[in-house]
Amino acid sequence: MLCDECKKRNAVVHMSKIVQGKKEELHLCEVCARNKDVSIEKNFTIPNFLANLLDAGMGSGIVKGYDEVLKCNHCGSTFREFKQNGRLGCDECYQIYKEKLKPLVRRIHGNTKHIGKVPKRCGGIIHLRKQLQELKQKLQKAIDQEAFEEAAVLRDEIHRIEEEIRK
Amino acid sequence: MPRWLTEAGPESDIVISSRIRIARNVEGFPFPNKLQEKMAKDITDRVYNSVIGGNESLKEDFKLVYMKDLDGIERLNYVEKHLISPDIAKNTASGSLLINKDETIAILINEEDHIRIQSLLPGFQLENAWNVADKIDDLIEEQIKYAFDEDLGYLTACPTNLGTGIRVSIMMHLPALNMTGYIKNILHASSQIGIAVRGIYGEGTEFLGNIFQVSNQTTLGSTEEETIHNLKDVVIQIIQKERLIRENLLKEKKIELEDKVFRSFGVLKNARMISVNEAMKLISDIKLGIVLSLIKEVSLESLNHLMTRIQVGYLQKHYQCELTEVERDIKRAEIIRMTI
Repeated sequence: MLCDECKKRNAVVHMSKIVQGKKEELHLCEVCARNKDVSIEKNFTIPNFLANLLDAGMGSGIVKGYDEVLKCNHCGSTFREFKQNGRLGCDECYQIYKEKLKPLVRRIHGNTKHIGKVPKRCGGIIHLRKQLQELKQKLQKAIDQEAFEEAAVLRDEIHRIEEEIRK
Repeated sequence: MPRWLTEAGPESDIVISSRIRIARNVEGFPFPNKLQEKMAKDITDRVYNSVIGGNESLKEDFKLVYMKDLDGIERLNYVEKHLISPDIAKNTASGSLLINKDETIAILINEEDHIRIQSLLPGFQLENAWNVADKIDDLIEEQIKYAFDEDLGYLTACPTNLGTGIRVSIMMHLPALNMTGYIKNILHASSQIGIAVRGIYGEGTEFLGNIFQVSNQTTLGSTEEETIHNLKDVVIQIIQKERLIRENLLKEKKIELEDKVFRSFGVLKNARMISVNEAMKLISDIKLGIVLSLIKEVSLESLNHLMTRIQVGYLQKHYQCELTEVERDIKRAEIIRMTI
């Protein structure tokens, strides 16, 4: 979406203003927003920002009111609440809203796949998959460096772990 | 007293402290914003037991502080020592803090997330800070089942912390970069690679006391080690640039620099009333004077400590009473005169 003012840059600040019951929307780029004397720091809190991102990510395909129906049975919080305060209610919410959250998560982190520490109790399969991922990276590196002996060892190890996962 | 305030760590001419914070939640419990008080108490007990367990020496070293038992001044004091966030300070119903004696480990319970493990050390020592946080994480995990998803990693109340839940922050004193305006380039460049550099004190564009915080912005899609190394590399670059400019100033503008440092020294030594803003600026000048060997009679650690001691909450805690603004300005000037 282009900035309403300069029509050149992408709009990054989205505001809606209600004047005498009439809703006005304004979409500005960072430069124009600053010129308009809109204090970005003060008026745009993280939750506010997340909600805007979410709307932008959803496009216009989602019918309004749909969000109100969407509710987590475990903690009782609605998706609408999340859009207002930027916080989810519990771990179950992530399962329920997973697909809806994905575009937002990607926007925030540029990624949707965790590769860091894993709780030991989850152990087993997740650990193996992680190991597999690391080995594949190492293999690629070995091939790039033409260290073929090392690559062969890594390849066998990868096969072994893939077998184990299949079991 | 937190160790980062009383000790100078590695690269202490620039880096004040290193902090690692990891966010965790307990599986099956609503996040703190949806949590009933009884459940919150349950979580507090479980975290306490998982860390302390039957270990007598740990029991000696750690204390559990309930936010509801602290008054406003004491809470503000913890915020100023960077041990709790303003958020938990407000969550008086169920928030608590499990903290060790030298205040290098602070486990925040029922803040935005159920558990936030924080390791805070003086100077530039991220690996050490991470090792401590990692160990405590393992310790808690032995007893508590964390909320975890194979794709999204550790689940957190706010999606900005998903994944590793790690926030790595370095507090730095950057007078030369700020004075010369080069800090703007750093701010811009780091934002391009997912790292935030911001002023800690003061609002908006004013970087009070030239104190900056450098921290990672994303937590999903890179490992803890990668996040730490990435930040470390950026910090090393900032350190080198700050040192370069400092040396340059000393070479080319020595007399101006000396004038600035010694004027500030004079004011701080003699002022009878001083605002926190003015004091922060002047103390920053003295810190620069010390590392450039212009001033020798004051230590860097005592000034780091002083920067915290002159803050509003700290002053009132020290004097055990509420003070008006004028009273605070007078007491602040007194404390400064006694220190330098």
